[in-house]
Amino acid sequence: MLAKRIIPCLDIRDGQTVKGVNFENIQNVGDPVELGSLYAEQGADELVFLDITASHEKRKTFISLVKRIALHINIPFTVGGGVSELADADSLLAAGADKLSINSAAVRNPDLISQIALNFGRQFVVVAIDAKFDNDKWIVYLNGGRIATDKDLFSWAKEAENRGAGEILFTSMNHDGVKTGFANEALAVLSESLNIPVIASGGAGRMEHFVDVFTQGKADAALAASIFHFKEIAIPDLKSYLRQNNIAVR
Amino acid sequence: MKIVIIKYNAGNIRSVDNALKRLGVEASITSDFEEISSADKVIFPGVGEAANTMNYLKENKLNELIVCLKQPVLGICLGLQLMCKHSEEGDTTCLGIFDELVKQFDPSLVTERIKVPHMGWNQISNLKSGIFDSSMEDEFVYFVHSYYASMGAHTIATTNYLLPFSAGLHRDNFYATQFHPEKSGSIGSRILENFLKI
Repeated sequence: MLAKRIIPCLDIRDGQTVKGVNFENIQNVGDPVELGSLYAEQGADELVFLDITASHEKRKTFISLVKRIALHINIPFTVGGGVSELADADSLLAAGADKLSINSAAVRNPDLISQIALNFGRQFVVVAIDAKFDNDKWIVYLNGGRIATDKDLFSWAKEAENRGAGEILFTSMNHDGVKTGFANEALAVLSESLNIPVIASGGAGRMEHFVDVFTQGKADAALAASIFHFKEIAIPDLKSYLRQNNIAVR
Repeated sequence: MKIVIIKYNAGNIRSVDNALKRLGVEASITSDFEEISSADKVIFPGVGEAANTMNYLKENKLNELIVCLKQPVLGICLGLQLMCKHSEEGDTTCLGIFDELVKQFDPSLVTERIKVPHMGWNQISNLKSGIFDSSMEDEFVYFVHSYYASMGAHTIATTNYLLPFSAGLHRDNFYATQFHPEKSGSIGSRILENFLKI
């Protein structure tokens, strides 16, 4: 039985793991390799490392961090943040990343999805989408939620799939950091309309939220950050809770 | 012990090297015939497209070298598929070490909603051969693939996704896994260790 995946997400700024609420009020929560190894030992199924510095001069710091992660961590990991061209993908793959997450750059240049998929395989391309529900519509946002686009979540996700995305990582900006559960209605529509896996992000607060995201939200994987970083939910407890609720987990 | 990872035009060879480093083992990544032939263990990893990769192997005569190897060889992911007889991906004639055929997952075969690629952690069962041990029965390992090897005489591990397929194959000195032991946590490390002990 294919297991539902639990994915801790580590936002990285200047080589350190940080966490904010609703993309604001950022706090430092520790060394990425140490934290990532701990999560892997505890039963995390994958890890995501997002470079939120993404300024050009700090790029090398992140690449050397990716090399350290690849050497020390024995589960798959995705990296993202600041990827804008094929050469960025190439250097992150060479550093040992298993998957690459692209967000704003994919909206600005959708052909980048196809280029990365063609060169490195679609399993390497995770298209991350930040969207906000407003006036009965899910609108796609760029630059960490700062710039609204005219794109609709569902049609953009479908286009990304058609262009070669291997997975969609959908973050609901309405739910992110609020800890009242995931955007299950939108997730279910998304998951039913796509043939590639959907990773749910934004809203995890309690263990039952994960049951809901896999049953109601039909997600293939669920991503969370602060509840793991601040030790509000331990991964082994979450896995056994999901098992008790008949969700297939590793 | 000399361990060689075959270098060719496939992605993510480095991750196998990293997994060996975590076991305290140094490997060389090479396409040098002499070095590959004289190694104690050979690993043939890979993520990529079957037809292109097979062409690359043929252009560099690596196809002829691999089938003649006498030491233990471990194929991983695309490595397993290329060691089979034929792949539907690009209608490719492969190395033919295993008789099994490589087919594409076809979601139209079932009524339930199923996603391709088969991506994530799934269970391995009916385990045979030296690279597995009995404690690994029904354990989860990490897969990413859209094509699978059919069940056959050389199947040493079975996984179910849409249908039962070969998660592991073995014939003589040749071993292969469809999943990625280098990304499969502590179970994966033990599988690599078992291979190194053969």
